[in-house]
Amino acid sequence: MKDKIQFCKGGGCTAKLGAGALNKVLGMLPKGADDGNLLVGYDSKDDAAVYKVSDNEAYVQTLDFFPPMVEDPYIFGQIAAANAMSDVFAMGGEVKTALNIVCFPEDMDLNILGEIMQGGSEKVIEAGGVLAGGHSIADDSVKYGLSVTGIVHPDKIYSNNTGKPGDVLVLTKKLGVGIICTADRIGEASAEAMQEAVNSMTALNKAAAEISRKYRVDACTDVTGFGLLGHLHEMMDGRNSCEIFADCVPVMQNVLEYADEFYLTAAAQKNRNHVERYVHFTDISFAMEEVLFDPQTSGGLLMAVHPDDAQAMMGEMNKARIPAAIIGEITEKKEYEISVI
Amino acid sequence: MNKVTVDARGLACPLPVVNAKRAADEMKNGGVLEVLVDNEIAVQNLQKFAGQKGYAVSGEKTAEKEYRVLIQVNGGSVAVPDARKSGMVIVLSANVMGTGDETLGTSLMKAFIFAVTKQDMLPETILCYNTGAYLTCEDSDSLEDLKALEAEGVKVLTCGTCLDFYGLKEKLAVGSVTNMYEIVEIMENADSVIRP
Repeated sequence: MKDKIQFCKGGGCTAKLGAGALNKVLGMLPKGADDGNLLVGYDSKDDAAVYKVSDNEAYVQTLDFFPPMVEDPYIFGQIAAANAMSDVFAMGGEVKTALNIVCFPEDMDLNILGEIMQGGSEKVIEAGGVLAGGHSIADDSVKYGLSVTGIVHPDKIYSNNTGKPGDVLVLTKKLGVGIICTADRIGEASAEAMQEAVNSMTALNKAAAEISRKYRVDACTDVTGFGLLGHLHEMMDGRNSCEIFADCVPVMQNVLEYADEFYLTAAAQKNRNHVERYVHFTDISFAMEEVLFDPQTSGGLLMAVHPDDAQAMMGEMNKARIPAAIIGEITEKKEYEISVI
Repeated sequence: MNKVTVDARGLACPLPVVNAKRAADEMKNGGVLEVLVDNEIAVQNLQKFAGQKGYAVSGEKTAEKEYRVLIQVNGGSVAVPDARKSGMVIVLSANVMGTGDETLGTSLMKAFIFAVTKQDMLPETILCYNTGAYLTCEDSDSLEDLKALEAEGVKVLTCGTCLDFYGLKEKLAVGSVTNMYEIVEIMENADSVIRP
């Protein structure tokens, strides 16, 4: 299976451009006329765009794709699809239709492409959506993802930056998939660790999002390429601060030891360069710092929940076997935006 | 002195660090580990590795997409051979030394930093803030001296707010970025603070 070794370079969300580089380019784009029906655009650095079509309905539009982060094409397809649809769940929406985005080398075995798309389409069905077409491009390396459209009630959209002081921060998946996949790429990850990472990445955020809708959630995003701290930085939006209790942050098995072996991604360092100045660590180990900067492919939802609702929501999530945890709380603005203690 | 070279150009993260770590583990008697890489992020990851291990490190860009990182690997478990005076902190709060003519002030500051490199006892930390941030950035006359100090294990720290304010964020060329908490902590714990 020589093909498959070639198949996996630094993939998933570790392949994203750094936030610093991206902001420079985005800042220079022309804005065009304002459209009042565009409820969420990229001014808000949110996960997806939301456009109101009537008082009761808005559509959520997003796309995401990336190179493989695992050797198995079928699992890669599942992960890429789960990751792309996650943005709809993070906005509080339901997935309706999805289109494939494919880059694939002309000289590679087409059965591999078939397996990727098989994995992707199964996840779209599981999410309650319909796979309705797509586009493919001949390219040097494999990339796959989805363009996804969902719907949401215009009054029930989750923004990523509207958390309030006092809100409890909930994270619905464990951290560490970037580090584990990096260790796996050089043959150093244990089978158990890799399996835990794969199970986490292929899991949809649908169930967590559905449970959350019964409670008062002031802000929500999914933790992906910018790592937990990068996404927290966006959620604080220069207006609030937060305290993160490092001992409460759920972390996958073996991750801390892999971080101590320096199985680190370039993307994590880019995240550190971008966000470190907003963060103050108190007695946090080097390995844990790295986990908090680690880019997550198909990571969990990060929610700012009303303090009176958090316990009940956690109970329901844990009953549904979602590895959610309360990791901290939002405070009034302090000198440091994010304090990790 | 024992010198080992690891050519990690063309390798994606984490291989440059992993290969450097393996080579360092092999160097039982210590020595200089030279690592060649092709991107800035790999340089930063190597600096992070060296920092964790307590090894002195310096990095330079030798050509387009070519960087050389030198890591002083200590043999056995001996700590950094310490020519540094623990507890001595030098604060560079401006890019000139003293008040008066700016040209004079600039050359005095360059001479001051050069003279620091020649001392038997080096400071533990050099803190740069306000226009002192210019000293650690590209186009600084003192860059080579500060890099030499860093290679000797002196921590060179520049205030992040100041880099932002002067639009220097992308230009930092030696040492790392710090924040007000750390600045206060370093000053509080210092035995002596020297301000030129």
